[in-house]
Order: sequence, then structure tokens, then C-alpha cells
Amino acid sequence: MEPILELRNITKRFPGVLANDHISLTLNKGEIHALLGENGAGKTTLMNILYGLYQPDEGEIIVRGQKIQVHSPTDAIRAGIGMVHQHFMLVPVFTVAENVMLGEETTKAAGFLDRGAAAKRILDISSQYSLEVDPNAYVKDLPVGVQQRVEIIKLLYRNADILIFDEPTAVLTPQEADKLFEIMESLAKQGKSIIFITHKLREVLDAADRITVIRGGKVIGTTTPAEASENKLAAMMVGREVKLVIEKKEPQVGEVVLNVENLVVANDRKQVAVDQVSFSVCAGEILGVAGVQGNGQTELVEAVTGLRKAISGKIRLVGKDITNSTPREITELGCAHIPEDRQRDGLVLTFPVLENLVLNTYYISPYARGPVIQWDKVIEDSRSLIEQFDIRTPGPYTDVGHLSGGNQQKCIVARELSRPIHLLVASQPTRGLDVGSIEYIHRQILNRRDLGVACLVVSTELAEILQLSDRIAVMYRGKIVAIVDARQATKEFLGLLMAGVPEEEAKAQVGPIETKEVTGRELF
Amino acid sequence: MKTKDAPKLDAGKVLLEEVTTGGVKTPGKKRSLWRTLTVPLLAVITGLIFGGIFIILTTPEVYQAFGESIGAGLKAAWDAVWTAYVALFTGAIGSPARWVSAIQSGDPLEIRRAFNPFLESLVASTPYIFGGLAVALGFRSGVFNIGVEGQIFIGAIFSAFVGYSITGLPGFIHIPLTFLAGALGGLLWGYIPGWLKAKTGGHEVINTIMMNYIAFRLSDFLLSGPMKAPNQFNPVSPPIQETAMLPRFFGPPIRFHLGFFIALATAYLVYWLLFKTIWGFNLRSVGANLFAARYAGINVTRYIILAMSLSGALAGMAGANEVMGLNHNLAMAFSSGYGFDSIALALLGNNHPLGVVLAALLFGTLRNGATRMQVVAQIPIDIISILQAVILMFIAAPAIIRTIYRLRVSPTETTVVTTGWGR
Repeated sequence: MEPILELRNITKRFPGVLANDHISLTLNKGEIHALLGENGAGKTTLMNILYGLYQPDEGEIIVRGQKIQVHSPTDAIRAGIGMVHQHFMLVPVFTVAENVMLGEETTKAAGFLDRGAAAKRILDISSQYSLEVDPNAYVKDLPVGVQQRVEIIKLLYRNADILIFDEPTAVLTPQEADKLFEIMESLAKQGKSIIFITHKLREVLDAADRITVIRGGKVIGTTTPAEASENKLAAMMVGREVKLVIEKKEPQVGEVVLNVENLVVANDRKQVAVDQVSFSVCAGEILGVAGVQGNGQTELVEAVTGLRKAISGKIRLVGKDITNSTPREITELGCAHIPEDRQRDGLVLTFPVLENLVLNTYYISPYARGPVIQWDKVIEDSRSLIEQFDIRTPGPYTDVGHLSGGNQQKCIVARELSRPIHLLVASQPTRGLDVGSIEYIHRQILNRRDLGVACLVVSTELAEILQLSDRIAVMYRGKIVAIVDARQATKEFLGLLMAGVPEEEAKAQVGPIETKEVTGRELF
Repeated sequence: MKTKDAPKLDAGKVLLEEVTTGGVKTPGKKRSLWRTLTVPLLAVITGLIFGGIFIILTTPEVYQAFGESIGAGLKAAWDAVWTAYVALFTGAIGSPARWVSAIQSGDPLEIRRAFNPFLESLVASTPYIFGGLAVALGFRSGVFNIGVEGQIFIGAIFSAFVGYSITGLPGFIHIPLTFLAGALGGLLWGYIPGWLKAKTGGHEVINTIMMNYIAFRLSDFLLSGPMKAPNQFNPVSPPIQETAMLPRFFGPPIRFHLGFFIALATAYLVYWLLFKTIWGFNLRSVGANLFAARYAGINVTRYIILAMSLSGALAGMAGANEVMGLNHNLAMAFSSGYGFDSIALALLGNNHPLGVVLAALLFGTLRNGATRMQVVAQIPIDIISILQAVILMFIAAPAIIRTIYRLRVSPTETTVVTTGWGR
């Protein structure tokens, strides 16, 4: 059978970097083809070429046997290629129908919009592929998972039959992700062809028909879920054996280090984002905070680390009241913070690595004598930190902004974990990182736990929460709805809690859970 | 992990590296310093070429000569440009032939006259150094101080007042006092928009422009009333006391004075502050990433105010310098755009104190040479201003120069794109 899409020897050079090196790929009709690779492997570049955002230096794109030139997304859509972006391109205050029509408006006589006709077509599409979307709902009222389906409808409405999904599960709860996979399957069954970009191994094995692994701009190999295993795929992605399960000792729980009582915090729009939250974290344990993005985790972390004012409630660190203390006071009490948005809060991208490594210690001994910074000492220590934390950089003078995401995060981890601390607050510590870096950073966090540091880990990745935590707090609409023992938690159970199902009901739905061993879990 | 060695385009970092490695040679550093200088140098050359075209187009003789024959026209065009640039050079540096003959004649006055153009260029550069430092310190700290011109005026008012009203002090007290009064005036004028930005979010660009108008009209008002010299027809202040004048090193007509060395010392001080102290680290962090600065525990509000205040103080020193070293009184509109040129020269100097000094020397030289160009080559002052503007345009927009000369953007600037990170 002739493939519906064929990429032949696609090569794209950027100054100093070969982003795509003679990549060839075929997509058959009705197939879900996963494109797997680490960040920086060249997946996104390849898809941007296919979608007309970049022009390839070499190679050709063949759709239904015909060689085509794609100079813009408009060309791509004309050729039946559509892309579901990681960040949705929707107008929140428009209805689903209006969003779908945008740019492709059906009109009645005299140029009036024909919303009715559009709505009818949307309903048809929706029922054909079991997308379950109400055309008259406002996008802002829809959950993220449904917004994503609106994006899919937009493509189908434009008669796309090659669909590219760029990291589609990054913003979804596990249940929403499962639903998405069902939809993808239904689309494929009815003749649509799908390219599914991801770096998550589990998803690839669950959802794909074929898997192509890319590393360093080259195709490493193409395989099928039946032939592959997680370990094999991880090794192909990273180029070496990766331990997917990290050994975890029994926690040696000590005294309470962080205590939060009835904390109320507002978000930037002055709405209550953290609502009467109470919990504590003890030395030597990891408390994971699970929840869908935007349920108050960000504000909670900012309040604990002094970056946001609390409206009421109390926060205590090693017995001292730190409610509304300054970030510096909190840091000096032994709090390390790996911030959620590392490029915004954690690093000064235009500063060299060495300055970033002392970003919150430059003003005290041994790095400063009086007001004068002792650069010799800074250099010496940053060189050893670069080695110790395996930061891949040409040297301490390279701007941090020039490093890859994983190495940027390693800079933060090196800075925060290289000083004596009682509390580690890590927010989305591995977001967007590759398998190798995730493994490394998880090891570091577990290592601190074993040394008696209290750890508060916030993540929207359930796998990460399950991998690291000793106890798991679930946040939903600003409240902690449950704190459960990690040994008694499963993905399904937590997923229900994250979606707002009350604890008892969730327990009833998933049935009895066995208490599991603590020694590590699968990573993906 | 695709990271390539990064040629640094930032003079500040090149120097930081120089300082922190303590003389250890690292390969590729020379190249990066060269890269840093390429664009400004090409900008100046390109500016001179375009300036030459302007000179040709605005010289009537060239058109006449082209009427006769193409050969004559080309010759006239060449002559016009050559005369103009020779005049610019001799006006700015002096004529080597004259140096030799002056030294041979042994006449002290003649020697002073021969070397005066060069020293006069340094005199013209001095306020540019202060002004450029003011803007550069602001840029490094994340504030855009357009109010340098106004701060120069307020600095001049303060130092003129302290200079003429206080009597009976010895020079070694009166000079620093008068100079610091000027700095204080500028500091005040920078503090206000700094405070407004930090506390209310009022944008410093708008506020400093408005502060400029207040400063101009305030100085007009003071000079036509309270500060006007009693027995003078013109609106000027009384002359400052001799004990407040910056000493000059040579007899007339050379006006070269101590201010130039104070400016150099200040440039070093600013460099030391920015790159060697925790205050400088704070300022630069706030300037580079407000959020990360807050995360690092820096009091962002305080440092925004401090940045504008220090920037203002440096500008105020330019005013004090003019009053104490050159004019010896305060006159209306004495600054004639030093403050605005300073923005361009700070950019040319990559917002680094050393770069600022070099750029200020270039600006001072151009300004001084232009006067002679007007006299000798009969080039209208407007064309000279156009020439300066064209050079500035090329400097301020390095992308133009990169396009013209097909310079490659450093590969690292695109590496980030290709890692697919942070799209």
C-alpha cells in the first residue's frame, strides 16, 4: 500500500547544529505513528518543516504520491495536514462553533455568519469520532481535555486527514489522556493518519501502531509496541542504558520541618487560589502535591517561599514563623527552591553559569568579603559544581540561556542542593526534561531525603509524584482534598481525586488498593 | 546536549572573564573581543561613507563640475570629501606638521596652540563620559534613563550655586563639595522617576522626559531671576569662586582640566561597582531578570530606585564638570544635547564603562572636529549633524551593519531554537 505521507532525507541545518540529518519517515493511512525522542532530538524541527514553519535544506515531502512544497501552515492545511499544538490556539470568550469557524467562516446571504450550519457540522464530526463537544459552549468554560478536542475538530472541519499531535498529554489528567487515546484510535480506524510526538514511553506503547525513535537529529530506528519495551525504547532515546526504576529506601522520618496552617493565598487576579490549606512535611520524607495545573499549587509554593503574600494562615519553617517573610529570610533559614518556571524565576538567562550558580549566595562568605565579590572563589566552586552535578557546558562563562533545558535545570539543582538545607521545595522539577535528566534529578531529590531534608515536590506528572513521594497531597480548586499514603495510591485513584471526585467515592470506584512495596516504581 | 562554545558579544562579560580568570589565557577570547568591536567599528566606517555621500550631494561645486565633465565632477566630489574629512581630523586631533614646526620653534604659546585640538577633544569627551556612564548604568540595571539631559541641568544648577555662593573655603574642600553638589542634584532628579517606577509602576521613560522639561524651564526661571548675576545683562549666574574651579593643566588657549581624569576614575568606579560588588550584582540581576532577582532575595523596589538615583548622580556630575571645568558659571542651554547623545553612545559602548569611555572619546572627537570642518571645508553645521546622526543610526541598529556586511549571528543565538526547548 502506498503511504499517505512520506518524508525523504529531510535535512535542516541551523548555524553550528544539524537539527535534522537525513530523516526519512513514512506514515500509512489509518496509522498512529509515534515520534519519540528527547528534547532537542529534532522532533519539533521536523514537524515544523512538515507544517511549513521551516524550509528544509534538503529532502522532499510526498503526500499521497505527490511531491509537495510546504511554505506556510496554509499550504500544509491545503495538503490535508493539521497540527494540534501543545498550547491551544483558541479564543476563550468565543463559543466552540465560533472558534472552529474562525478563518473558515460559513456565511449566509449578505455575509452574515451561519453559526447554525457550522454547529451542525461540528455535531456531525463530534458524533462521528465520539468527541462529545457542545458547539454552543464557551471555550473558557471547558476543561482542558475538551478544549483539546475543539482543536481536533478545527482540523477535521478543515478536512485534514494527516493529524500531528505535539506532546498532547502534557496538559491532561490521566483520565483525559486515556480518553484522548480512545479518540485517536477512533480517528485512525476511520481513515485518519496520525503522527504523535512525545517523550513518554508508556503512552507510546499504549497508543501507537509504529514507533520511530529520533536522537541527535537522526532516525535511530523504527519499531512496533509488540517488539519494543520501555527499557529498549529508553536506551534508543538516550543512547545508553537508563534505569527506569530508582531504588528507594524506607523513609527515616524525623521532626516536622515545614508546617502550614489554614493558609489562604490569592492569585494575580485577586481570587482565592489557595483555600484554607493545612499540611506539614517532616525531615526525611517527601510530600508530593498532585493536581491538574492551575489548582493552586503555584500560589502555594510561592507563599511558602516568600514570593507571594499570604492573606491569612501560618507557615512555620523549623519552628520559626515565616508567614510573609522575604524570600531571602526564608532562604537563609535553609529553604531550597526549584521553581516551576525555571527560565523566569530560577535563572538569569543572560548571566553566565557561574553567576547563576551563586544567585542566592553571592552576598555572603565565602563569596563576598564586605561588598566585594570574591570571583576567584566563585570560579573555583562553580567549576567543581559543574563537574559534580554533570552540567554540560563549555565552561563557567557560558550564558545559561545557551544551555539545553536539562542543563539549565541542573544549574538550579546544583545551586540549591549544594548548600546546607532543611527544606527542599521542588516545583515541576523535571518538566520538559529528557529521560536522562529526569533520572538524575530524581536521584538527587531522593538523596537529599535520605540525608534528612524535608521535601515538598509539586508536579502535574502523576508518574513523578508516585515515583518520589512518601505521602501524596491532592489539590483541587485551591484545597487539599486528600493526603494519602503513597503506598496506597494508584494512578487511577489519584486521577479521580484530581478531577474533584470525593475521596470516599473515588475509593469505591477503584476498589480496594493493596499496600505496595516502597522500592521504587516505574518512571513512565 | 548541543551546546557550542559561546563567542560572547557582550563586552561586559568579556571583561568579567578577563578579570575573573586573573590573567589565565583562555583560547578564543581574543576572537570574542574582536567580535565585540567589529560592529561598532564597521558602523563608524559605514557612517563616514554615507556622510561622504551627503557631503557630495550638498556641495554646489560638485554639480557644477559634473556639468563640465564626469572626470571633473568625480574629482570635485573627491576633493569635497577629502577636504571635509581632513578638516575633521585636524580639528579633532591637530595637524602633525604643525606639531613638528611648533616644537621646532620652541614658542610655548605656539606649542599649546598646536596641541590644543587634541586636548579640546578630550574636554568635549568629558561630559559624554559621565552622561554615557549614567545611561549605561541605567541600562544594566533595567531602567531606561532618558532624563540625563535634565539631570545634567539640575546638577549644573546645584554645583553653580554651591560654587558661587560659598566663599572662603580652601580649594581642596570647595572643589569636591561643589562637584558632589552637582551629583546630588542629578541624584535627586533621578530618584523621583525611580521612586515613581518602583512604587507606582509609572514608566521611567515618560517620567524622565517630563522631568527634563521641568529641569530646562526651572533653569531658565532661575537664571532670569533668583540665580541671575546682578550686574549682567545676559541670563547667566554669577561666576563660581576660583576655589571651586577644576584646575587646568596648561596655559591658554588650552582648556583641558581635571574633569577628564575624574571622569576616567568614575568610569573605573562604575565598572568596579557593577562587576565586582554585591550591589552591582543586585543591580545587574534586577536589570536582567526581575523575577529571578526577587527569587534570589534581592529587594527589587530598592534597587530600581537606587539604579535611577545613581544614574542621575552620574548625569549630575556631567553638569558639575561643565560648570566647574569649562564655563565657570551657569548659562542657559549650556549642555546642547549631551544627555541625548549619551543614550546613543552608551549603546555604542555596549553599556560597559570601558566601552562608554571609548565611545565618548569618539563622540567628543567628532563634535570637536566638526567645528573645524564647518570653518575650513565650509560644510553647513546641519550636514555635520546629519553625518553624526547617520553614524549613530548604524551604531544603534547593529542588525543593519550585520545585513550590509553579511556578518553571521553567533551560532549560539540560534542553538536554543534548535534544542526545541522553550519554544
